[in-house]
Parts: sequence; structure tokens; C-alpha cells
Amino acid sequence: MLLKWIVFAPLIGAIINGLFGRLFLARLGQRATEKLVGFIACASVGVSAALAFRVFLDLLRLPEGQRRIPEHLFTWLKVGSFQADFAYLLDPLSGVYILFITGVGLLIHIYAAGYMHGDPGYYRFFSYLNLFMFMMLTLVLADNLLLLFVGWEGVGLCSYLLIGYYIKWDVAGSAAKKAFVMNRIGDFGFMIATFLVFTTFGTISFVAKTINGQEVQSFLAQAASSPAVAAGTFTAIALLFFVGATGKSAQIPLFTWLPDAMAGPTPVSALIHAATMVTAGVYLVARCSPVYLKSPTAMAVVAVIGAATAIFAATIGIAQNDIKKVLAYSTVSQLGYMFLACGVGAFVAGIFHVMTHAFFKALLFLGSGSVIHGMNNEQDMRRMGGLKKYMQITYSTMFVGWLAISGFPLMAGFFSKDEILWRTWSTEALPHNWGKALWVVGAITAVITAVYMTRLMVMTFWGRERFTDTRDSHHAGAGHASGGHGDAHGHHGRPHESGWLMTVPLIILAILSIFGGYVGVPAALSMGRPNYFERFLKESVAQSEPATATHAGAPPAAVMAQSESHGATPAPESHGAGATAGATAGATAQTAHEGGHDVVTERLFTAISSALALLGLAFGLVFFKRNTLWRAPKLLEDKYRVDEFYDATVVGPVETLSRDGLWKVVDVKIIDGLVNGVARLFAALAGALRYTQTGFARNYAAVILLGAIIVIGYFIVSIFGIRINI
Amino acid sequence: MEFSHILFLGLAALAVVAAFNVILQRNPIYSAIGLIVVLGSLAALFLTLSAQFIAAMQIIVYAGAIMVLFVFVIMLLNVRAEETRMDKQKYLKWLAAPLFLALLAEVMTVVRYVNLTPQPLQSANGAANPQGVLGTVENIAFGMFTDYLIPFEAASILILMAIVGSMLLARREQKEDVERIEKALIRQQEEEQKYEEEVAV
Amino acid sequence: MVPLSWYLALSAVLFTIGVVGVLIQRNVISLFMCVELMLNAVNISLIAFSRLHADVTGQLFVFIVMAVAAAEAAVGLAIIIALFRSRETLNVDDADLLKL
Repeated sequence: MLLKWIVFAPLIGAIINGLFGRLFLARLGQRATEKLVGFIACASVGVSAALAFRVFLDLLRLPEGQRRIPEHLFTWLKVGSFQADFAYLLDPLSGVYILFITGVGLLIHIYAAGYMHGDPGYYRFFSYLNLFMFMMLTLVLADNLLLLFVGWEGVGLCSYLLIGYYIKWDVAGSAAKKAFVMNRIGDFGFMIATFLVFTTFGTISFVAKTINGQEVQSFLAQAASSPAVAAGTFTAIALLFFVGATGKSAQIPLFTWLPDAMAGPTPVSALIHAATMVTAGVYLVARCSPVYLKSPTAMAVVAVIGAATAIFAATIGIAQNDIKKVLAYSTVSQLGYMFLACGVGAFVAGIFHVMTHAFFKALLFLGSGSVIHGMNNEQDMRRMGGLKKYMQITYSTMFVGWLAISGFPLMAGFFSKDEILWRTWSTEALPHNWGKALWVVGAITAVITAVYMTRLMVMTFWGRERFTDTRDSHHAGAGHASGGHGDAHGHHGRPHESGWLMTVPLIILAILSIFGGYVGVPAALSMGRPNYFERFLKESVAQSEPATATHAGAPPAAVMAQSESHGATPAPESHGAGATAGATAGATAQTAHEGGHDVVTERLFTAISSALALLGLAFGLVFFKRNTLWRAPKLLEDKYRVDEFYDATVVGPVETLSRDGLWKVVDVKIIDGLVNGVARLFAALAGALRYTQTGFARNYAAVILLGAIIVIGYFIVSIFGIRINI
Repeated sequence: MEFSHILFLGLAALAVVAAFNVILQRNPIYSAIGLIVVLGSLAALFLTLSAQFIAAMQIIVYAGAIMVLFVFVIMLLNVRAEETRMDKQKYLKWLAAPLFLALLAEVMTVVRYVNLTPQPLQSANGAANPQGVLGTVENIAFGMFTDYLIPFEAASILILMAIVGSMLLARREQKEDVERIEKALIRQQEEEQKYEEEVAV
Repeated sequence: MVPLSWYLALSAVLFTIGVVGVLIQRNVISLFMCVELMLNAVNISLIAFSRLHADVTGQLFVFIVMAVAAAEAAVGLAIIIALFRSRETLNVDDADLLKL
């Protein structure tokens, strides 16, 4: 029963700040309001985080295979056989999510309390931020697709509100609209998929429910076990959900909103567009993993798009000069990795990368925010340089983040990225050579990732100090920087470190970036210890097992050991190259081999990953130390002109259709014409009738006489019959 | 053909001809004369219907007072024969004849089918000629002051109102009236100005 | 005995003549006289019906009608006088202020 407090605590904070913020500001003044509002906001998220830890421990205490804590608030919709409850479900998947959402969220809230200092809309910002937390937690804790969709839409809304937070800045407003509209396009796919799920399985719930007296399995269990559904249906559902995910998680083709969303304040970029909202798509795909595993086509699509996005965005990232844009494209690229993982059947690996990515990407964004703050709103890296000696804490924490994202051995990003690459190479879910081809793409992307991150570090922290090159660095930054950011420091010539509110979260995130990966160390590397993360998540996320020597040619086994449909506990794990299996209704998948081949291959690939990372880092260091202001090819810098392409093909025609078609013709001519026409008709009628009011008494008398004759005639005819005889 | 029939036809013809005279003459005096003739013949017809009192009333009140009033007004206003000015509603002339015939036809149709045998007359107190008892002063007074007292009283109030009204309407413009009207006009103008000022602000 | 329907026919003719007179006449006083003509036509029909039912009520009705006609004549002529004073014309078509 604590789940609802986890979700509602931030909502309460949002309501208090939203309703009373103005009042505080009027009565208490800016400084006191900032303290009060900041405290309320952080405290509500803090409560959420504490409760999240508490229930997570409760979850851990439950025996393996039965780790599920549902919480039913009320039956929200019930129409015939359709039932959607306002109910929460805590299982390993949502447990992991709420931990890092509330944890990282809390750190970002604290950071933002410092970052937004001086801004007059302080209370509004935190109200929206808390509202976002509420929506995101609803999304991950929902126990059915409809409530999830509520959260889904809600985070889209909050994203819009927060991107457009600087309301007087046009660019921010347009970016917010763009984000919202692209999200909506994805939502269309989501909705159709939900409808399909309902018509196919009769329920949209992730948990078994009793509807109208009958026990109805969750659609996930039905998907895993029932053979009666056409394969095409699974593909359709899976692909449509993926459309929703591309919108929310910025994959090809709906990714262009994410770089533009950098117009929002940096904490927003960190929270929403790095750590949490954009991972909602991955959550959805992982949650529906049984459906995906039944559709090889859909998985292939997901994997290919994921890989394509990864490399596409990485190549653009090299060419950007705005520090936040580099990180934005980096986010798109890393999300591509996560979808690649899902596409090859390694859903757990995808979730693992979500978690580690949350740590280091949030760290990088917050660090960049600290840099921007210290540089008085300068965001262009060409005007930075040599900041190492001015901002020590920021520098050292970003150093850690840099290594983590590049996949430097033994840091968090290393383990997750390595896992993904290994699974891609060895996947059984796709036709054989595809896995290897995708691995190549992933590997190249890893190198490029290291390269552009190194470029960022070199341009920002090392080398010559370029910010004094032009006298008006501030003026040049004004056009670029966040419009309304209250600059309470005044003009400084020198960059400065940020206050403790901003640096302490950085430090904590840095620690997590180093050590956070150790929960998911694969068995091949851990000298016999199992992959705890994978084992923990196995019961709520289905997996496709990688190729093993004895399994060459065997179909992938969908393993989901959630004891729902049959109450059996999974078979004990065997130590092997990630090939463990639980009992399921249909599939076989009991492999108890100690891998000879596979462990070695896996270790080999780990080494290759490390080598790639180090290669990228080295290349970057060498190249960019020498050509710090290197210009990328125009095509890359122009982001492959995707935005212009969309403008020409989609936005332009829609606008023209709306303006010249719907507005000028339908609205003005037809609808207005109709309404005005009715009015004109009556006016004409009245004009005609006017002629009867002549003002002459004799006319009136004549008319009366005529009327009298007619009436009398009528009576005569009716009484005496039609016998007119004079 | 009895004498009563001839009498009736003669009087009726006189009335009709005089009525046509009323409507067709240009000079209002001639119309007035025509109307007097109509009233007279109608009075005679009333007599044939045993409405003695009413006949007398017709002559005294209608022909004797009302028509005199008409004539006085005509003289007062010095009305002359109608100059041949353009008639704005020429079509009415052409409409009149058809409507005349139509209305006449309708009423005639009704008249033909209504059963009209007169009831036998009752004499009030065994008087010699029961025919004439119906419209005597006694009879009329009897009905008027018992059953129909209220209409009688109401009619007298009506006449009072008519007196006051006609005096008021017909008097010449007095100076006080003129001043009152002018003051009212000025007040109205001021109010309009104030309203416009408010709207402008 | 004259059939009663003849009286009614006479009344109808007189009434119709009066109505047509209202349509035709342009002088407002003549118009008024045509209205009086109509009233009289109704009077005769009332008397005829009173004779039919051997009831004096019809004649009382006529009495009241005459009183009303007198009042109406007085007031109507007063109005005509007032109208003439302001307009100097007795043409009924000149009083057309109600025109839209």
C-alpha cells in the first residue's frame, strides 16, 4: 500500500507549489520562496525515493519467481468485458525503474534548486518537474496499458511544459510544440496497438484479473503461451508499440525533437531527455517482450532501427558545436543501443543500459549545465577551453562521465554496452548474419561515441582558453543561450565553479557511474558469480537466449518465469554463458551446459569492446588536441538536413493544406458562408416582407377584408358543403 | 305582393342607393347627406320590426346628433371636394368590386340556409296589438334597468371618457403644452449626450 | 309578413357597401362615415334577430351600440381635427408614418 504514496508524493508537491507558489513569491520574496519551493519539491521526491527503496527491499525479500506486489486503488473503467483498473504493479522491472527514476530524479531536483536560482518562475518550474515525476512513476508502476498510457501522455505534456519553460523565447515554444506533436504521432501507434491487444487477448492488463467472475490472464502470459493467435497480429502489435516508442524515445524517424528540446533548462534536459522520459519507450518494449518474441519480423525491425539510429546520431554528434546538442545526439545514439538490445532479444541488457545510461548521461548533462552556468550562459564549445583549472569538481565528475559513456573498462557503461554488443553478435532471434552485421554497426558507433565525447572534453576543459578571444563572448552567447536564465552573477570575465547544491549531485552521480555497473557483470567475467541483474529481472522480462554450441539451429526460447499461469517455480540456474532457463508452459529451454566455447567467445568480445573504447579515446585525444576547432563536413553539421526534409515533405504540405484548403475554403467559404448565408436569407426574407407594412390604413383594411372573406368562406364550405348557389 | 313587402322593398332600395351615394361622392357634405337618408330609411325599417324606441333613438341620436356633428366638423375644417390628386393605392379601386361580390355571396349563402321563422309575439299585459309590444319604451326600460344594468352604466362611463377625450384631443395647442413638449425634448437631448460621452469613455 | 331573411340580406348589402367604401374613399371624414354605415347595417340585423326571437335583448344591444357609436364619432372626429391641424390634409394616405 505504499506504492500509491510513491506516485502521489510528487503530485502533492506539484500541487502545493503550483497553487501557492505565486502567493509565496508575493509574500516572501524571491530568496525565501526559492528555499521554500525548492524544499517542498525535493522533499516530495525524497519521500518518493525513500519509499521506493523501502518497497524495493520488500520486493527482494520475496522468493524468486514470486516477486510481485500489486496494489489496487479502484476499478477505473469497466465496460462489458473491458476492465482497466487504477492499480499499480511492483515487479523487478518496475522496481528497477522506480529506483533510478526517484534516485536520479532527487539528485536532479537538488541540482535544479541551485541551477534555477534567480529565475522568477521558480515555483512554476518545480511544480512542473514534480508533476513530471508523478506522471513518470504512474507510467512505470501501472498495471495495465491504459494507466500506462495516462502516464505516457502525462510525461509528454510535462515535457512540453518544461521545454517551453522560458515562455518568452520563441525558439523554446516551437521546440516544445515539435516535441509534443512528434510524441503524438507515436501515441497514435500506441493506441492502435492497445486496441489490437484488447481485441486479440481480451485484456490490457499486465496482471491476471477477475473480470465478470472469470479469471483472465494478463495479455503477456497469453502471448507467451497461446499458439492460437496469428503471427501477423503479434507483428502488428509489436510494430505499433514500437512506433509509440520511436516517438517517445527519439528513434528514427521521430527523433528530431530531442536536439531541439535542449532549449529547455538543463536540469530538464537531464531528467527528461536523458534519464527518464526517453527510456519510457524501452520500458514499454521490455514490458511487452513476450509479444515481441513471438514476432521475429518486429524484432528485426526494432534492432535495425535501433542500430541505424545509433550510428546516425553518433555521426551527427561529432559535428555539433553546442555542448548540449552533442549530448542530445549522444542520448539518441545510446537509445538506439537500447533498442538494438531489445531487438536481438536481450531485453534485460537493454534495461541494464537504461540504468547505467541514466547515471552517466544525467551526470554529463548536469555537468554541462554547471559549465554553462559557470560560463555565464555560454553554450558554444568553440568559445570554451581550458576550464579545467576553473571548475575542478565539474571537471573531475565529467571526466568520470566521459569514461563511462565511452565504455572505458570497468566503468558502468562498459558492462552494459559490452553486454549489448555481445548479445547482438550472438543472437539467435534474427537471421544469422544479421546479428553480426549489427554488431559491426554497434562497434563502429562505440568508437564514434568515444571520439565525440573526447572532442567535447578536449574542447571544453583542456587546451587553450578561448573564451577571452572575443571581447563580447557574452553577447555572442546571448543569442544561443537559454533565454530567461536569470543571471544573478553579473558579468564575469572568468568562469567559476558552481555552488554545493549543484556539485554534490554531480559527485554522487559520478560514484554511481563508476560502481553502478557492477550489479550486472555477466557471468563470463565474474569468475562464477551469476549476473545478479539479469537474474533479478528475468522473471518480469522475457529473453531470447544467445547462441550456444549445443543450440546451434535451435529456435530461441522465450523464457519468462513469472509464475502466473501455472504457479511453478523456475528451475535452478546453471552457471553458464548466460544460458539459464525457467520452466514455461511450452518452450523447452533447459540448458545446463557449462559453456566452453561461449565463455571464451564472450571474453574475447569483451576485450574487443575495451579495445574499441580505448581506440576511440586515443584517436580523439590525439586528433582533437591538435585540431581543436576542426570543422566537420557540412552535411553532418546540418544534421543531414532531416529537419528540412520533414519540413518540405510533411510540414509544408500540411500547412498548405490547412491554410489554403481547410481555412480559406472550408472555414471561410463553406462554414462561414453557410452561417452568414442563413442570416442573409432571413434578411432577404425580411426585406421582402417589409413591403407589406406600407403605413396606409386602406391597405390594412383591404387585407383584413380579404382575410375575413377567406375565413368566412372556409366556414361556409365546411358547414354547408360545397354548394354555392347565389 | 303585400303592402308590407312593397314598403320594405322601397325603403331598402332607398337605403341602398343612399349608401352607394355615401361611398361614391367626392364631396363629404354629399356623403353626409346620403348617410342621413340611410339612417332615416333604416329608422322606418326598425318600425316595421316593432322597434319603436330604437327607431326614435336612431333619428334623434344618430341622424340628429352624430350626423350634425359630422357636418359641423366638415364645415369647421372647410373641406372641399377632393382635388384630383394622384391616388397612391390605385389598385384598391379595382379590388373593391370583386371583394364586394365575394362578401355578398358569402353572406347570402348563409342567409339562405338559416331557419328564420319568427316566433309569435307575446303581449305584455294583454294589450290590444301584440305586434307592437316588443319595442315599447316600457319593454326596453324593463330589460335595461334590470338584467342589463351594467352595460348601461358602462356605456355611460364610456360616454364620459369620450367627452373628456374629444375635448382634449381637439383643443388648440396651448402655450403650456408647447413649453412642456420643448422641455421634454431638451431633456431627451441631454440624456443622449450623456450616454454618448459614457460610451466614448 | 316580410321574410326575415330579406332584412338580413339588406344588412349584408349595406355592410358590404360600407366595407368597400372604406377601401375606396380617400377623404378621412368620408371614411368615417362609411364606418358608421357598417354599424348601422349591423344594427338592422340585430333588430331583425330580436324580432325573430321575440326578445328585447337585441334592441338593448342596439341601444348600447348606438351609444358607443356616438362616443366613437365624437372622439374620432376630435382626432381628425387634431390630425388636420398638424398636417393640413384630410387625405388618409398622408398619414403613413407607420411605413417601414
